Order: sequence, then structure tokens, then C-alpha cells
Amino acid sequence: MNAPTECSGLRRYDRAIDAIDALLAELQRGLGSDRARAEPLELALYDRDAGTARGQAVAVCFPRSTTEVAHAVRSAARFDVPFVVRGSGTGLAGGATPVGDPLVIVMTQMNRIRSVDAERCVAWVEPGVLNLDLSREIAHLGLHYAPDPSSQQACTIGGNVGTNAGGPHCLADGVTSAHVLAVEVVLGDGSVTTLGGLEPDLPGYDLRGCFVGSEGTMGIATAIAVRLTPDPPAVRTMLLAFRTISAAAAAVSAIIGAGMLPAALEMMDARITAAVEDFIGAGFPRDAGAVLLAEVDGLPNGVDAAVRAIEVLGRDHGAYLVRVAADGQERALLWKGRKSAFGAVARLAPDYYLHDAVVPRTKLVEVLEQVDTIAQAQSLAVMNVFHAGDGNLHPLLLFDAREPGIWERVYAAGDAIARTCIAAGGVLSGEHGIGLEKRDLMPLMFDPDDLDIQARLRDAFDPSGRANPAKVLPSGSRCGDLQRIPAGAWI
Amino acid sequence: MTDTAASEVCAAIRGATAVHVVGAGTHDEIGGRVDARTEVRAASGIVRFEPADMTVRVRAGTPVRELEAALAERGQECVLDPRSPDATVGGVLATGLSGWRRLRHGPVRDVVLEVRFATGDGRVVRGGGPTVKNVTGYDIPRLMVGSMGTLGVLLDVTLRTRPLAEATAWAAVYGTVDEVPAALYRPSCVASDGGATHVLLEGDARDVDEQQRAAGLRVSDPPRLPEGRHRGRASVAPGNVPALRARLREIPVRWLAEVGVGTVHVGADRPEDLASARAAAERLGGWMLREHGAPDLDPFGIALPNAGIMARIKAALDPDGRLNPDRLPLNPASEAA
Repeated sequence: MNAPTECSGLRRYDRAIDAIDALLAELQRGLGSDRARAEPLELALYDRDAGTARGQAVAVCFPRSTTEVAHAVRSAARFDVPFVVRGSGTGLAGGATPVGDPLVIVMTQMNRIRSVDAERCVAWVEPGVLNLDLSREIAHLGLHYAPDPSSQQACTIGGNVGTNAGGPHCLADGVTSAHVLAVEVVLGDGSVTTLGGLEPDLPGYDLRGCFVGSEGTMGIATAIAVRLTPDPPAVRTMLLAFRTISAAAAAVSAIIGAGMLPAALEMMDARITAAVEDFIGAGFPRDAGAVLLAEVDGLPNGVDAAVRAIEVLGRDHGAYLVRVAADGQERALLWKGRKSAFGAVARLAPDYYLHDAVVPRTKLVEVLEQVDTIAQAQSLAVMNVFHAGDGNLHPLLLFDAREPGIWERVYAAGDAIARTCIAAGGVLSGEHGIGLEKRDLMPLMFDPDDLDIQARLRDAFDPSGRANPAKVLPSGSRCGDLQRIPAGAWI
Repeated sequence: MTDTAASEVCAAIRGATAVHVVGAGTHDEIGGRVDARTEVRAASGIVRFEPADMTVRVRAGTPVRELEAALAERGQECVLDPRSPDATVGGVLATGLSGWRRLRHGPVRDVVLEVRFATGDGRVVRGGGPTVKNVTGYDIPRLMVGSMGTLGVLLDVTLRTRPLAEATAWAAVYGTVDEVPAALYRPSCVASDGGATHVLLEGDARDVDEQQRAAGLRVSDPPRLPEGRHRGRASVAPGNVPALRARLREIPVRWLAEVGVGTVHVGADRPEDLASARAAAERLGGWMLREHGAPDLDPFGIALPNAGIMARIKAALDPDGRLNPDRLPLNPASEAA
């Protein structure tokens, strides 16, 4: 998607060209000339993530070791340049957008799995390891890595740690933080330390817990100990088709309300299922108003009982078709359909804006209706594909960025959706993070005192303030910072 | 909600140079001794239980026993599992000590969704969010879990609940195991005391039965935590449990190891034996929390890791050092570290 205008950064340093040259020379001294660069074309590749906001870096580097990351951070400190860490750049909230004329540190070349201990279900991985690659590497051991974002073929474990990423299968077992035991990090001053550990507890504060989801503002993860999950002996994936999205949402509420916690509970509306069918032919019914994918796993008797209970509750709430995947192949196809949704949508409109918010599961029906009304008011097409089981909505707004005035309408709808979710007792983000995109919406959820505590926590980790500045917290969260909102960050 | 209790707590904090944060007192021996005449405690009671959302908002002073009873009425539970059910919700979270079922359900820090607390400068702040999934802002709830009342006085919290299992059963085999038996799929607890290994299984009644048979388990009572006038909780990497067990055999202590977790509960008749057990854990790269007795033993035995960051966090949330002074060994000098 094309961002509307260019963002020149928040704290424009009037830095002399030779200062940047000196930074580059220092980086090249530590990393070699091929892995520290500042050509305009190279910098343009790293001026944004998969979100809408565009920034500007002064240099970009590609470390291959913890030592090289520390060197890069110390170099940035020496020349008083901020630094922004990024993985594959699949983030949607602008967390990796370079703001404040920073050095961009790209972690994709640190992509080794350092060790796997199958007996204790733990692996040490470098941050550039792709999420799906990890699960593929350990599949023969009967293990997998549970958080599975839809972008798992492309996103890195380090990026997952940065955003505390989720995925369809986080319903029963929790998002990234519940699967990270320890993180080796380079702090803002270039020192290296380990937060958390393989031992179950450490005395003092849970710094590991603070770091996960801190979006690069507390330092850079250079190695991560992740908890691996045993593959379940039995898995059943069900497709339930409903006439309306409200009926499907009511079925979700009923399933959770009946005291069941499936492994995944995903919903797609008619537009999405049609797009997916045109794209890959996953076997979704074209006449359904909404399709629910439910997966249950565990031991066979419990799985059978859950499948029967979900079928009964589904039919009670208007499911006119309930199909259980007959084999692994059909199951894989259903999931491929779900995870291809965003690719399928890209064929329908030149641009889309993907929202991320969570509401209590009991409010799904009313919030989905309000989202529809909001999109209609802005004459935007909206599609819904989301993690229904935990109330994590992902409305997609479709548009053509060439249409005059379109961005204002998209931002207005995005803003209204966020406000609607908060009013329903929800939160701003379930798994994408705050970044730049939702930074200035934070006061919708938090009082000034709440934000002040968050700013103080961040400063305690990074007193230098050089780690990914201007992200997560709005200006004014602490005394003395006034920041301009970059174009492309909505609101 | 009414904020009488919150404003009273804030007023008490502002009016004192040092406050002792108290609940039921069941964890009062954990950490360094707090020498403060002013006591503050959170109110009690369930604010809101939404079974269909699987969340409950509860005041921090609520006894876990009371919360469990209310959740069970609607077929749910919250995995707090304190050693004593008299413990308050706030006490369990402040100490951050996980219970029996960590192997399956994860550490206690994973159940907290939202926290509301009074800071050291007497402000009421909120962190996290009320939904089961949320990444809005920094993870203040996890910061508070295990912070021992040194960063804030928990007022109320929103917790994740889960459905009660159809069947819950302890079973045992003679002998000790080093790893979670391969025949078992994600058991809730595997605890070994040197004589027997106890396994807790939860789920569908037929599955529990079949798993017990597959692993050669016989229905048993739950394992007993080791007794002793002096008790500790060792924490080592799960792979080091066999080595620690071997060393503990040389020391006159009783112990119970949570296999696959790395928590080893130790009971001793003499403080020096508990100290020897601690030394054994430390030699394996772990540590031991003093839980009971052994008053001359340091509460933690090791320095806080990353003490500089921790000291800065403490200074940020409790600038005057009013909350539970000396509970954690946070020397302001370590800020320079």
C-alpha cells in the first residue's frame, strides 16, 4: 500500500553530512563495508514497515552477531543517533518506521536456531529466525512453536517478541509472552544482558515480561529462549457456515460461554470467504454469510466431546452446515484459506487498511454491527476476518489510495472503530502493537498518570531515549517532549 | 467502582514515610523483613465476574478461597493455586509464586490481564486491559507480578479464568522420573520426592483414565510438600533437576521436585541444611528462595539480576522508597551498576 505522503521524522536533526559519514565509517569498521550502508535507494527500502507511515533513516546495518549489534548501538550512541530495530518489516503499526533520523538495525541476518532441547521443550533462537521455519525445524520432534501470526511465513521471532504477537492458535495457550522464557538483549547503552532465564523464577521484577511487546523501545533482542509445545495427539478442524455474521458471533459467544476453550476459533465474513475461494479454493461455502473455523485438540475423548458440543451449539445458533475436516490435507487447506485471507483481499482493491482491536467476547455481535455502520458512513467496503474466540477483531477497510480525500475517510473510520471498541470495554490492539499508528489513541485507554508510569518504565530501561523514539507513547506522556505527528500515522 | 478504599490507601501512603503492604499474611515471610509501622491493605470482594468472557475482576484483598468458590459456581477457576487458600489474590500476585499446575497452565503471571494499583507517590494507576488478549502499551501487569509490593499496592485486578476440567486426578508410580513421561500429553503436574512420582491429570474423564493406564500410574493422594521448620523453594533450569536431586540426597533435607518446571521444594530441620541445599542449587546456576524459618538466611541468596534496571524502575514508581522497604535488596547504589 502506498503511504499518502512522506514523513520526514519527528526530531529533525540538522546533522552535518560528515557526521553521518563518520557514523557509517564506524559501523563499517565493526560490520564490514557491505553490511552498513547509507545509499538513498538502500535507505528507501527501510523507510517503513507494512503499515502506512513512512520515515527516513540515516543509515542501515545488518549485524550477524550480538557483538555486532552492540557495536551498532554503541556507534549510534557515540554520534547521538537514535536506533530502530526491525525484522522482516511485516508489522502493521509503524513500529519499525524510522522516526527521528535514526540508524535502522536489521536483524534478519541473525537467523540461526542456536539449540533445541526437545526433552525440556525449549529452543534458543536468534531474532531473525522466521516463525514458521522454527516450527518446521522442530516438527520431527513432535513439537511446535505455538504463536502463529498469519504472516508466519515471513515474520521473525524477534519481531514477534517486539510486538508480543498472537495468531489463531493463541486462544488456548496465550500470545508470545507466554512462550518466551528468556531474552538476551542489547540495551540502549550497548551493554548486553539476559532478561529472564530457563529457571522457572528469578528474584526481582519480571524484566523479561516488560521487554516482550516493548516494540524496540527497551533494547534489541539478540537471542530468545522460546517454550516449545508438544503436538497434540488428536486435532479436529471444523467448518461451520452461518447465514449471518451476527449468528456466527452469537455461536462464538455460546461456545465460550459453555465453558469451552478450543485451540482456535476464527471467523470470516462472506466477502472474505468469496475472495479466498477465488484465490485458492479452500472449500469454503460461497453462500454463507459467515464461516467459523473451530479447531479442538488434545486427547481423543475430550476432542470428540468438544466436536460434538460445538456442532450442537453451532446448529442451535443457526449453522446450516457443519463439516469436520476428514484428514490432515483438508485441515491444512482450511487453514491455508484462513491465512491467505489478506493475500486474497489484495486482489480486490488496490489498498486496504487492516485494523486490530479486541472487545469482550460477549460484545462481538453489537460491535461488528457498529463497525459495519461506521464503514457505511464513510462509504468504505469492510471485510471481517478475525480471531473470534478471543474477541480480537480485524476489520479490513478496502479503498483506492488514488481517490482524492480517501485517506481522511479511512482514518476517520479507523478512529471510530477504535473508539467503538474501547467504549465496549475493549482495547486498542490485540496483537499488532501500538507503534506510530495508534500512539496518539493511547489516551482513549489510559489516564495521564497511567501513561506517565509507562513512560517511566521505558526510561528505566533506556535512559538514553535512543531506542526507537516516538513510538508507543504519545507526546506529553512525560514532561518536556513535544512531537509532531508524522503524516501517515492516522489521527 | 467506589474508590473509598483506593483513596484511603493513597492517603495512607502519602502520610507515611514507609508502609507495609499486607494481605492475609500467608506470604509475609517471603523476601526481606519490612520494618514499617503503617500497614495498608486492599479491599476485598469480587467486582465483576463474566463467565462468558472468562474474566473476573476482583479486589486484591479477596481471599483466593472466596474467589475459587465464586468461580466454581459457574464451572470455572483461576489458576492461582497458593499454598494456603487463605492467601489473598494480591498476595499471590505480589509474590508471584506459581502453584502446582505450572507445567500445564503456565506461571501465575500469565493469568493477569489488568491491574489497578496505588503508586509510591500515592496515585492510582492502571495498566494492561480487561480483555483476554491485549498488547496496548507496556506490560504493567507482568511488572507487578512478583514485585513484592515494592512498586505499588495492588487494588484490583482482572484475571483470566478457565473452565474447570471434567476430571481431575492424582496418580503415582514408585520411583523417580527425570523427564515428563512420554506417554503423558501435557500433564498438569509431575512431582517427584525420591520415593514416588505423583502426576496430576485434568481433562475428559476417559482420557484421564486412559493416560493413567498408559503410564502405569495408580490413583493416589496428592504429593505432600516437604515439611520442616525451615523451608525453601529452589529454582533451577529443568534440565538440572536430576543433578540437584543427586546433591540433595547428600544433605539431610526433604524435597519435592516439579519435573519439567525446575521448582524444587525443600524442607529442613536445621537452617544450615537449608543453606547447604541452597548452595547446591546455586552451584547449578539456580537459586533458592527462603520461604519459611531460617531467619538468619538471606531471603534470596543471590543478588538481583539486572539490579541497575530494577533500581531505576523502583525509583520511577516509588521515588521516596515508601513501599515495602527492604523487601527486595534494591540498593540505590546499584543504579550505577
